[in-house]
Amino acid sequence: MAKVKYTEEHEWISVDNGVGTVGITDYAQEQLGDVVFVEVPEVGRTIARGEAVAVVESVKAASDIYAPVSGEVVEANGTLADAPGNVNLEPMGNGWFFKVRLSNPGELDGLMDEARYEAFVKSLG
Amino acid sequence: MVQSIDRSQGRHGGVVPSPAVSETSTGNRGLQLEERLIFEYAHADRSGVDLPPPPRVKDRLGGLRRRGAIGLPGLAEPQVVQHYTRLSQKNYAIDSGLYPLGSCTMKHNPRLNERMARLPGFADVHPLQPQSTVQGAIELIATLADWLTTLTGMPAVAMSPAAGAHGEMCGMMAIAAALAAAGEGHRKIVLVPESAHGTNPATAAALGFTVKPIPATTDGHVDVAAFKAALGPDVAAIMLTNPNTCGLFERDIREVADAVRAAGAYFYCDGANYNAIVGRVRPGDLGVDCMHINLHKTFSTPHGGGGPGSGPVVLSERLAPFAPRPWVVRDGDAWRLAEEDGAVADTSLGRLKAFHGQMGMFVRALAYMLSHGADGLRQVAEDAVLNANYVMARLKAELTPAFEGPCMHECLFDDGFLKDTGVTTLDFAKAMIDEGYHPMTMYFPLVVHGAMLIEPTETQGKHALDEFCDAMLHLARKAKSGATADEFRAAPRFAPRRRLDETQAARKPVLRWRPTNRGPGDDGPLRQAAE
Repeated sequence: MAKVKYTEEHEWISVDNGVGTVGITDYAQEQLGDVVFVEVPEVGRTIARGEAVAVVESVKAASDIYAPVSGEVVEANGTLADAPGNVNLEPMGNGWFFKVRLSNPGELDGLMDEARYEAFVKSLG
Repeated sequence: MVQSIDRSQGRHGGVVPSPAVSETSTGNRGLQLEERLIFEYAHADRSGVDLPPPPRVKDRLGGLRRRGAIGLPGLAEPQVVQHYTRLSQKNYAIDSGLYPLGSCTMKHNPRLNERMARLPGFADVHPLQPQSTVQGAIELIATLADWLTTLTGMPAVAMSPAAGAHGEMCGMMAIAAALAAAGEGHRKIVLVPESAHGTNPATAAALGFTVKPIPATTDGHVDVAAFKAALGPDVAAIMLTNPNTCGLFERDIREVADAVRAAGAYFYCDGANYNAIVGRVRPGDLGVDCMHINLHKTFSTPHGGGGPGSGPVVLSERLAPFAPRPWVVRDGDAWRLAEEDGAVADTSLGRLKAFHGQMGMFVRALAYMLSHGADGLRQVAEDAVLNANYVMARLKAELTPAFEGPCMHECLFDDGFLKDTGVTTLDFAKAMIDEGYHPMTMYFPLVVHGAMLIEPTETQGKHALDEFCDAMLHLARKAKSGATADEFRAAPRFAPRRRLDETQAARKPVLRWRPTNRGPGDDGPLRQAAE
């Protein structure tokens, strides 16, 4: 079972065999409201931790999605172009954004686990 | 005039109201008439004018002759007049009532300005006619430029930018040109506080800069410590909006300016909210390098569909040589728009726009300045700030201000007062429509949860502000009383259209009207084809 880690920018990453699947959390989709457009990174792109790599646009706002880790994008969720609502319906499932092959797995240690993320969200009020 | 409505039913529904609540057989509501597309009224054989049949001429078009009908609607004159009159009545405008859109400065457009702009000497000139025949118009540009540099305390101004964002681009291009000229072209980072206008990062990114956001403090100001930490040898500029989009004056602006200059970078100030400080504060004294001025906000020229914007940019001594062409120069007794000759520095960044800027807006803005005078402009800022603080003070009784203390020209609330009511900022805004008020700016700035940003402007009197506050307080009390969330979610109930499906409109926009194909012998009105 892959372990899910979280960022303070409300991205999640689930790593399996050195490849992490990245999306936004349920809290994030709730805050954004109905998602109407998603731009995912190109496959093959090298990304650095903290870099803005994708865009999510809702009826309220357009927001950048930041890379939780460094690496190379190996797959992007093309289905979101036609079904951006999946981000709202299944943020941790079919609403994933992209997959990244980690170049520095140690970066995961800087991210929050589920319990800490839940406490973090609670602290936001 | 409003048809009878069974109010009890409005409370049952969710977002989509039951048709029985508000539908009529015609689709009209009271004397608010439904309006179709002009093509749907048209008949191919109808015409508003009698034209003689065209004479027979030799066809010289070769194979390029049109084969089918051109598809223009055929209409009688009354149909055309009614169509456009009805469309105009659908528009809510500053001429209709209070328009409290924060960050947009929807203020009254004095009719004196309009009258001046229609003087034949301004309205009937052409940009290509000899400059000797438009000396008065060029002098007007120079006079307006003088007012702008005097009010802002800046040495130079570029008049040609066509709107606020265009002005931002002009200013940032001047900064890029100045950096390149100094061999500092490697500076590619632009710092943009979260409390800045949304166009700022867009402008910087469009010009190839990398945007680095600077967080806001919990009291809605730029975090000066974080800003200083971000300064470095790769930073080209900071773009700061002052007063910022939280409606607050950036008190540390001098400290920011000094740090920017010491770091070899430039200071872009977004002047979209200049109406809050005009006549009171000279941006030149604050150490800014450039600032655009929205004539359509601060100086009351039409705005938001009412006319083109206009965004002159004032420039510091070190940016002035990079101002775009043309420059207004004085040769003896004559005025001239200088383009290529020695009157314009070689360092000029070139043209940003055809001709010389938005002439009609220049006339209106100068008319506004001259009719108010320097003391009147100062009072504009004072009254704008007073009005916003009056609204804030009254609404504080039921709504939750986003920040402590007084505001500038706009007051900002969060959705704290709606907590646990089941009513959102969006629902609240829609309910305002039912009460006869155009909603304020909502969900912006992003740093405030469920933001409601209200800018009453100085052109509203106390009576109008009181009526607005009464309606807002009523809605807030109603939301907090509980058991009315469904009613809010069903709003607006009395508008020509109920709650629109914004999600679907954004996900699957229908951008084109497609008529059904007209069959042979069928000259009836066109109907939209099913998508």
